[in-house]
Amino acid sequence: MSEVRVLVGTRKGAFVLTSDGKRQHWKVSAPHFGGWEFYHLKGSPVDPNRIYASQSSAWFGQTMQRSNDGGKTWETVGNKFLYDGIPGTHQWYDGTPHPWEFKRVWHLEPSLTDPETVYAGVEDAALFKSIDGGATWTELSALRGHSTGSQWAPGAGGLCLHTILIDPSDHQRLYVAISSAGAFRSDDGGAGWKPITKGLHSKYLPVPDAEVGHCVHRIAMHPSRPQTLFMQKHWDVMRTDDSGESWQKISGNLPTDFGFAIDVHAHEPETVFVVPIKNDSEHYPLDGKLQVFRSRSGGHEWEPLTKGLPQQDCYVNVLREAMDVDTLDSCGIYFGTTGGQVYASTDGGDSWTAIVRDLPPVVSVEVQTI
Amino acid sequence: MVRVELPYHLRQLARVDKEIAVDVPGEVTIASVLDALEARFPMLQGTIRDHVTGERRPLLRFFACEEDLSFAPPTAPLPDAVARGVEPLIILGAIAGGSR
Repeated sequence: MSEVRVLVGTRKGAFVLTSDGKRQHWKVSAPHFGGWEFYHLKGSPVDPNRIYASQSSAWFGQTMQRSNDGGKTWETVGNKFLYDGIPGTHQWYDGTPHPWEFKRVWHLEPSLTDPETVYAGVEDAALFKSIDGGATWTELSALRGHSTGSQWAPGAGGLCLHTILIDPSDHQRLYVAISSAGAFRSDDGGAGWKPITKGLHSKYLPVPDAEVGHCVHRIAMHPSRPQTLFMQKHWDVMRTDDSGESWQKISGNLPTDFGFAIDVHAHEPETVFVVPIKNDSEHYPLDGKLQVFRSRSGGHEWEPLTKGLPQQDCYVNVLREAMDVDTLDSCGIYFGTTGGQVYASTDGGDSWTAIVRDLPPVVSVEVQTI
Repeated sequence: MVRVELPYHLRQLARVDKEIAVDVPGEVTIASVLDALEARFPMLQGTIRDHVTGERRPLLRFFACEEDLSFAPPTAPLPDAVARGVEPLIILGAIAGGSR
């Protein structure tokens, strides 16, 4: 019998939820490092008991945790994220140059082959890599050193590198997304990068089709089709079928195409899930109804999924890192809310249950099928 | 030995009880106490003073003998009572925030 482990990062600690493959009864751990913010936790695909966690605090800065036993115990690893060379400047909110300053780790992406290797996406936007289990970190500085780097400006949440994807068919190919610089691809393991923003249109930019400046909220990939990516942008849901060379809008009949989270069904590469949010000023669902929207056609045509989700007086948000899927035969979909609920569906999204209801605001959800 | 009181979250990180004692070679200053503290508890590196600037994090304060030493030069000698282990150096998290 398989086991499912859900790693939940919250504003006030990390939680590990476990269940057998039936996913009916869930055990919720006590908070790990209660009171600390956990922006992200993620396990190694080759050693699921190896989990990396980003722990931070306004008082004490960034720390990093590593577990070798599936999240039962933790050891503190390296938290020295030093920009390569003289950091220089990026653009501030008012358009003036502003020095790069490390603030926190938003995303951790363990290697697909080596449990000791992990990438970290940080604010102010940069990509770091560790090859010693998180003990030391080195910036892959070609990204921040891209000719457009000095033009990157923060989104409302900061200048954060929040998405890292590794192409399972070619581990030298990496994708990252940055709010609000856009999306970038490397074909050589991070030595060089190119913006992949053709087709993105952001009406709030002085030049709506600019090469950089797009507030990309999240990118998702199905491992069997790594050339196809799905993007939730600030506004607009997009897809590419040529590794980012061009993007097409697939918002279709969504009631609003603002949102943060997006993910792909584990066994159906054309089945995509988003959680529409009212707009960029009101970060909660439309009409107080929490709805996941599913497209089974790779976009354009979307259906609301509401069974088991609150359909009145619901004003939570679902953040960009807070949705994931398991890989059991009947794919499970999971998402967490700023209200502290983690919802799960074991039938592809048709119905939902809160597997835990009263956690601190949920920042990230990662699922391990063991 | 110099006594150090850490705020709750750092005690949690270092897995220690309320007060700890560190052996500080040479002159007892904020900087030398933090050097000794970080050598014994490497997980505290970067949490009290910034990795890059070496400066105290903005929402932390240093107190000893009922004095606020937060803005004293890090290499200034600490009160004799701290150096002799009679009084602790208190590292305190500012009462701030509440937005989350």
